[in-house]
Amino acid sequence: MADTVVGATPDPHASGEDPSRRDFIHIAAGAAAIGAVGGLVWPLIDQMNPAGDTLALASIEFDLGKVEPGQQVVVKWRGKPLFVRHRTPAQIAAAIKDDHADLRDPQTDEERHKAGKAEWLILVGTCTHLGCVPTVGGGDYGGWFCPCHGSVYDTSGRIRKGPAPKNLEVPTYAFLSDSKIKVG
Amino acid sequence: MLRKAFAFAALGLALMAGPALAGATHAEPKDVHWSFEGPFGKFDTAQVQRGYKVYREVCSACHSMEQMYFRNLGQKGGPFYDEKYKNPNDNPYVKSLAKDLQVKDIDADTGDVIQRPAGSADRFPAPFPNEPAARAANGGALPPDLSVIVKAREGGPQYVYSILTGYKDPPPGLKTGPNQYYNPYMSGDMTSSWSGKGPVPEGGFIAMPPPLVDGRVTFDDKSPSMLSQEAKDVVAYLAWASDPKATERKEFGLGAMIYLFFFSVLLWFSYRRVWKNIGH
Amino acid sequence: MSGHSTYEPKTGIERWLDVRLPILRFANDTVVTFPTPKNLNYWYTFGGILALMLGIQIVTGIVLAMHYVPHVDMAFNSVQRIKRDVNYGWLIQGMHANGASMFFLAVYVHMFRGLYYGSYKAPREVLWILGCVIYLVMIITAFMGYVLPWGQMSFHGAVVITNLIGALPVVGPAITTWLWGGFAVDDATLNRFFSLHYLLPFVIAGVVALHIWALHVPGNSNPKGVEVKSEADTVPFHPYYTVKDGFAISVFLLLYAAFVFFAPDALGDAVNYVKANPLVTPAHIVPEWYLLPFYAILRALPNKLLGVIAMFGAIATLFVLPWLDTSKVRSMRYRPAIRLWYFIFFIDCIVLGFCGAHAPDDLVIPGVSGLQLGDANLNSFVWLSRFAATFYFAYFWVITPLMGLTETPLKVPESISEPVLSHPASAPMGAMASPEKRG
Repeated sequence: MADTVVGATPDPHASGEDPSRRDFIHIAAGAAAIGAVGGLVWPLIDQMNPAGDTLALASIEFDLGKVEPGQQVVVKWRGKPLFVRHRTPAQIAAAIKDDHADLRDPQTDEERHKAGKAEWLILVGTCTHLGCVPTVGGGDYGGWFCPCHGSVYDTSGRIRKGPAPKNLEVPTYAFLSDSKIKVG
Repeated sequence: MLRKAFAFAALGLALMAGPALAGATHAEPKDVHWSFEGPFGKFDTAQVQRGYKVYREVCSACHSMEQMYFRNLGQKGGPFYDEKYKNPNDNPYVKSLAKDLQVKDIDADTGDVIQRPAGSADRFPAPFPNEPAARAANGGALPPDLSVIVKAREGGPQYVYSILTGYKDPPPGLKTGPNQYYNPYMSGDMTSSWSGKGPVPEGGFIAMPPPLVDGRVTFDDKSPSMLSQEAKDVVAYLAWASDPKATERKEFGLGAMIYLFFFSVLLWFSYRRVWKNIGH
Repeated sequence: MSGHSTYEPKTGIERWLDVRLPILRFANDTVVTFPTPKNLNYWYTFGGILALMLGIQIVTGIVLAMHYVPHVDMAFNSVQRIKRDVNYGWLIQGMHANGASMFFLAVYVHMFRGLYYGSYKAPREVLWILGCVIYLVMIITAFMGYVLPWGQMSFHGAVVITNLIGALPVVGPAITTWLWGGFAVDDATLNRFFSLHYLLPFVIAGVVALHIWALHVPGNSNPKGVEVKSEADTVPFHPYYTVKDGFAISVFLLLYAAFVFFAPDALGDAVNYVKANPLVTPAHIVPEWYLLPFYAILRALPNKLLGVIAMFGAIATLFVLPWLDTSKVRSMRYRPAIRLWYFIFFIDCIVLGFCGAHAPDDLVIPGVSGLQLGDANLNSFVWLSRFAATFYFAYFWVITPLMGLTETPLKVPESISEPVLSHPASAPMGAMASPEKRG
């Protein structure tokens, strides 16, 4: 590479002082050195990204049969709490009633559960503010209340009051049967 | 003189890398050639696939591979890699391979130990729950974990192949105990079992009965299932499992070496320029 | 640092900084304008190579520590996880493991260079001693690092080496227990070795700073061994030696890369891919190649305590070398009589390495039964290592002082710049002069 490029540069004073050629070879060497360092820096940065075993995220299966109406069960999923809430008809009605209220992160209740499974609300249990775990049943809307900075979620997990910017996240999940879900 | 000395040092370094074993003797491993040898060698995907089948149907009955996850089979460079599934975890073929095996888990409600079908994120299940159980089931001998077996043995793939194919009837005068099989490629000291004529034969006793025979495994791609083929394929698989990043390493290395070579050439010219007018 | 500074701040910011923290002045005086003898050959580039290797080991080591787990149940698997699952983990681990070998290769070249050109002689004794300190700490660091992957050789190597301390009378066993943090090499030992393995490279870096300081006070030695007489003898470090060191580094990296990418396990032992098992010892315990000569000296003596003393003595001898050399002439280029001994000494170190790699009772020449002498066969590696170890000590304690007193050195040039015509490269023994022609 170096040979051809250097050779291609016309150099009438091969033995004399030709600043352009001298500059070129030094600059090329310097650039190659920077390139070599750059090439090594990327692996050193990338090693901090999630490793193969972390990326191979485990999915979990959960049996809904053990959650009584009005109750919530918390399971650990990918290192975070997962809320599985069995809503009562009253709680569902309260959520639907507010579908067109002045919401910070507008979403209807229908968008937040699987079709025909309104009683089951599956949420990632970390506050969208700074990641604390909200307590169930707290706050003015009967949904969740985050003790860290006072965010209040309704019975659909939508943000209603406090500093959090978004609704509680709904993870990817599917019903394997009427009473069994697979999350992830 | 210093330069000559340096050459000697390099030679010494190369020779010392493989110190000879003392006392025990064994036959030189067979000289088999593999597609993955050398700086440009790559694994033969079909061969590694067949090898996995041999491992799964024969070896895994006694040998664990605790560093291996099912997803490894579907990762780039793995035997069942599919370009459609960049995340090996989603590879349906790998999932189907995993599903056939049971892994231990804890029931989240009762806390009981249960068995459930494996997923792609699971490790290969071990055949025995712990070391004493493995020993008890194998006459006191522990079947070694095969995750890095090709790297963990002097002679690497040639050695493992030689062991698998090298079983021989013990020569007259060699007393074999229970769970002892004579293998000339195994390193050992058989002096105390030898009452025949002449020097103690080379080799040693191995606790593993000959695991592979002709026709032991039926290959999906209709490859002939002679002992030599089965052994060669399973060793290729084990070599891949010992070093799953080998291909990536060699490819990266080739680029790095070419880059460094041209970098050196550039620096050489730069150096000549800088020093041109310095007489000394 | 030697002489007055030639640094002139160019911009306002540089002037502002210069009266508050003259760091740019310091950098300028040490690596830019530093007057360096103009006749340094390629053997002198290994200092720069070593600085780079230390940097690589520290950077890759910090990264590995982010993933490594210092626990007896998890250490082996965590190293495997680094090689299999961590992004570019195979590269970083390979660079670190092979980097240790390359580091030692470079340090040995650096030391033999110093030995040949008399770089340890006045006024550079402190420079040499600091180098010996670095080497000693390197050995300890490398040993502890080798324990971390927790393979069979890691574990049993740690057992054997820590047991050496038990040879000390009275306090030995107590110190060994203290070092282990228990009654055997176990989890406590692994944890403290990890901690110290992380710490010591920074100690090395500190001593390297002192080493460079001690280099810059008298200035570099050089192949002719005569001190710099005038400015005509020197060139500024930059660009003359930055580019020369850079070229040498790049070629050295080619060798390093060849190991990392194409033979990552060639310098290691296969047994270390077997998880540590305190109940089974591998058939043959050997240290990494760079420590084999000392291992041979250790085993040469039939008595445990004497073996330990000899091994540490072999390193301690290096510290007093400046006072063992009685010669008035610095460079061996003008000392033909000792050059032969120097060459034999080099071979002797290689022979010691071979002895360390083999079991003591192995026959040196296979098939020759040899004769029994004392406790071992004369044809065994025990006796070979005894002869070689004797020569090792004789070279420093007998040959070096005697040769200085009895030899007739060649005429030493007046100065570095003296015409090349009187260069002894034309003399028959000047085989090593060819690299300098280019340099």
